[in-house]
Amino acid sequence: MDAAVLIQRFPSARVLPSQDMPTVEIPAADLLAAVRFLRDEQSFDLLADLCGVEWKDRSTRFGVVIHLLSTTHREYVRLHVPALGDCVPSVSSLHPGANWHEREAFDMFGITFTGHPDPRRILMWDLYPYHPLRKDFPLAGIEVPLPAADVAEVTGQTVEPAPMMGGPFVSLGGHFSEGEPSALDQSWNEEKPKS
Amino acid sequence: MGCSPNLPKTTMVKSDFGYNSKIEGEVIVTRADAVVNWVRSNSVWPMPMGLACCAIELMAAGGSRFDISRFGMEVMRFSPRQADCMIVAGTVTYKMAEVVRRIYDQMAEPKWVVAMGACASTGGMYRSYATLQGVDNIVPVDIYISGCPPRPEALLDGMMLLQEKIRNEGGSLRRTFRGRTVETKIVS
Amino acid sequence: MKITKEISLGDVAARSEELRGENMMLNMGPSHPATHGVLRLSLELDGDKVVKCDPVIGYLHRGDEKIAENMTYNQFVPYTDRLDYLAPLANNVAYAIAVEKLAGLKLPPRCEAIRVLCCEMARVSSHLLGIGVYAMDTGAWTVFMYTFNERERLYSLFEELTGARFTTSYTRIGGMTRDIPDGWLAKVSAFCDGVERTIDEVDKLLTRNGIFLERTEGIAPISKELALAYGLTGPNLRASGVPFDLRKDKPYSGYEQYEFDVPVGTKGDCFDRYLVRMEELRQSVRIIRQVVKSMPGGAWYAEDAKKIFLPPKEKVMTKMEELIQNFMLVTEGPQIPAGEVYFEAENPKGSLGFYIVSNGGGVPYRLRIRGPSFVSLSILPAIVPGNFLTDIASILGSLDFVMGECDR
Repeated sequence: MDAAVLIQRFPSARVLPSQDMPTVEIPAADLLAAVRFLRDEQSFDLLADLCGVEWKDRSTRFGVVIHLLSTTHREYVRLHVPALGDCVPSVSSLHPGANWHEREAFDMFGITFTGHPDPRRILMWDLYPYHPLRKDFPLAGIEVPLPAADVAEVTGQTVEPAPMMGGPFVSLGGHFSEGEPSALDQSWNEEKPKS
Repeated sequence: MGCSPNLPKTTMVKSDFGYNSKIEGEVIVTRADAVVNWVRSNSVWPMPMGLACCAIELMAAGGSRFDISRFGMEVMRFSPRQADCMIVAGTVTYKMAEVVRRIYDQMAEPKWVVAMGACASTGGMYRSYATLQGVDNIVPVDIYISGCPPRPEALLDGMMLLQEKIRNEGGSLRRTFRGRTVETKIVS
Repeated sequence: MKITKEISLGDVAARSEELRGENMMLNMGPSHPATHGVLRLSLELDGDKVVKCDPVIGYLHRGDEKIAENMTYNQFVPYTDRLDYLAPLANNVAYAIAVEKLAGLKLPPRCEAIRVLCCEMARVSSHLLGIGVYAMDTGAWTVFMYTFNERERLYSLFEELTGARFTTSYTRIGGMTRDIPDGWLAKVSAFCDGVERTIDEVDKLLTRNGIFLERTEGIAPISKELALAYGLTGPNLRASGVPFDLRKDKPYSGYEQYEFDVPVGTKGDCFDRYLVRMEELRQSVRIIRQVVKSMPGGAWYAEDAKKIFLPPKEKVMTKMEELIQNFMLVTEGPQIPAGEVYFEAENPKGSLGFYIVSNGGGVPYRLRIRGPSFVSLSILPAIVPGNFLTDIASILGSLDFVMGECDR
C-alpha cells in the first residue's frame, strides 16, 4: 500500500519522510476512521505496536505512534498521531490488543485515551504519581512512599532515587569531539554527597 | 544421645563430636547446638523467589548437571511456611518489594536469606526509578552471591557458605523471638 | 414433635439466587510456581470455574526504555539480553539488526549466517524450556529434566562462542563481538544429533500421553480472528491458523537462503500451541544443520562502517587514526543518523519489535521495545473465563511468555 492511498482518503493527513515503511501523520480526529479504513479495506489486520513518544520539535508535546501489519500483504504502515491536549482517541474498539498498549502509554507518558474501557496504570502501581518516560522525569526517579504502607512501616523504606553517583557517563554531544563524556549530573558523587 | 556440656573432653579436642569407643561405647557426646546445626545445614529447603534471569540459573542448579540435591536442597518449596531459606533470584522492583517482604514474614524461624545475583544484592545494572537497589533494604540478607547471573557453581558455593554459617550459629536452641527468650529444654 | 416443612421444586428455583452464594476472589499471586515469573492474576471464581481474570503485571518493570535513552547503542546490548532471558542471543540479534537498519548498514554474509545460527540455537533453547516447564506444570517432571539436560549442552556451546552461558551480549552494531572459534561448528553438529533424539523422546512421552492430552486438548481455543484482533504473533498466532512467520514473509539476515517449513495449527487450543513448538524445534535443527554446512568465509563485521564498528585491535594499538576512532566510538557511541525505524524479528516467543527514534549521535532519543509476551498476556482476560482453576496453569504454560519481555 502506498501512503498516497491514505492521503487521498484523509486529506488532512500528511506523509512524513521515512526509510522503511509508509509513514503518515494523521490528526487525532481522523484516527478511528483511518484505522478502520486500513483494517477493513487495506487488510492491515494486526496491530503490531502502539506507543507514546514525547516529541521535541513538533506541534504537540506528546504523540502516539501506531504500527499496523498486514499478514496477507506482508507490509507495515506507521501512523503518527499528535496528542492534542495530551488526548488521543482509543483504537481498542477496533483492535482489542491496543488496550494494554494504551494503558502503558498512559502510565509512561500521561496520554489519555478517550473511550478506553479500563484506563489504569499497568507497569507502575496505581498510586504512583509520576509518568516516568517523560523527558523531565529523571532516570533515578523521585522519592515517593512505598506502595504498601505496612511494609514501609516495618522496614522504613521508601521509593528512593537510585544512586547515580554522577553517572551514567555518556557524552550527549551528538557528534564527535564536542567534549569528553562526563556525568549527567555533576553536583554530587561518592566523595561529595548531595547537599 | 546424651547432652551434657560439662563432660571433660577426652581425645580429638578440635571436633565437636568427641568419640572414643573404648571409653564411651556406643554413645557419641556432643553439644546440642552442634547437632541441631548439623541437621539444619544439611537439609536447607530453599524457597526460590525466582523473579528474573537468575531464576533460570537457579533451575539449572537444580538440574542434573549441577545437582543442588547433593547438598540436600533439591526440595524447592514454593510455600514460605515449608521453607528455610529464601533465595531472592532476580531484580526486585519497588512494586514487588512488598510481596518479598510479606513472604519473608510468613517464613518460620529459623530462616535465612540469600541474595543471588547483582540485582538482588545491590540493584545490579538497573539504576532506575523502579528498581529496589538491593533486597537488603527490605529483608535481612545472610549471603550475597555476585554475578549476572551467577553460574550455578557460584550459587552452590554461596549455599555452602550458608551451610557453614548455619553450622557456626550459636544458641540454636535458644531463639529470641519478639523480645521473649524461648529456651528449649530436653527432658529425658 | 416432628416438624416437617414441605419444599416444592418451585420454591427451590425461586430461592436459587439466594442459594447461589458469592463469587470468590482469588489472587494467584506474583510468587507462584505456575505463573512463570512475577505475574499476578486477580481471579473471580464461581466455585471452580473462573468468571473473570485480570492479570496484573509490572512486577519486573525495571525501566529499560528510560535507561536506553541514557546509554549508547552498544551499551544497551546487555539490557536486551535480559528481555527474553530464555533466548538472549535472539534478542541481541533483533536489536542489532534494528539499529543497523537505521544506520543503513549492509552486513557481510558470514555475519548474517552466524546471526541466523545464534537465533535458531536460541529458539531451540527457548522451546526446550517452554515445553519442559509446560510439561512440569501439567505434572510430567521427567520431561523437564531431559530438556534441561539438552539446554546445558547448549549453554556449553554458547559459553564457548560468547563467554557466558546465557546473557551473552554477543552482537554489536555492525557485527559481533568475535568470530566463531575453531572446531565450534563441529560441536554444533554433534549437538544437533543429540537434541533430535531428545525431541523424539519428549514426543514419545507427551504427544500421545492421555493425561497430557486431557490437560491440553480443547482448553482455551483461540480463533484466528481473536488472535489477529489481539495482535498475537509467533507460535501462538500460527497455532490459531494464521500462516505468518517473519522469517518467511519478511526475511532478514539471510533467512531466505535456508529451507525450512513453518508449522501452522488448526484449532488454536493449548495442544496445538504445544505441537507447533515441537515442530518448530525440528525445523530449527534443520536450519542449524544447513547453516553449519554452508557457513561462508570472509569478514564477520561490516568493515566499511568506520563510525559505527570498532576497528581491529592490532590497528588500534599501532595506528593513530584507529586509536582515536576507538576512543570516540567507545565514549560517544556509534554515530547513527537521525530517523526512525521499526523492526520486528521472529523471536521464539513471537515478534520482538524495536522502534528506535534517533536524533543523530550515539544515544537513541526513544527506544521502544514491543515485547511479544506483553501481547500474549493481554489475551488472558478473553480466554481464561469459562475454564477451571486448574486449567490456568495449562493455559499460561501454553502461551509461553516470559516476564522480562513483558514488563521490560
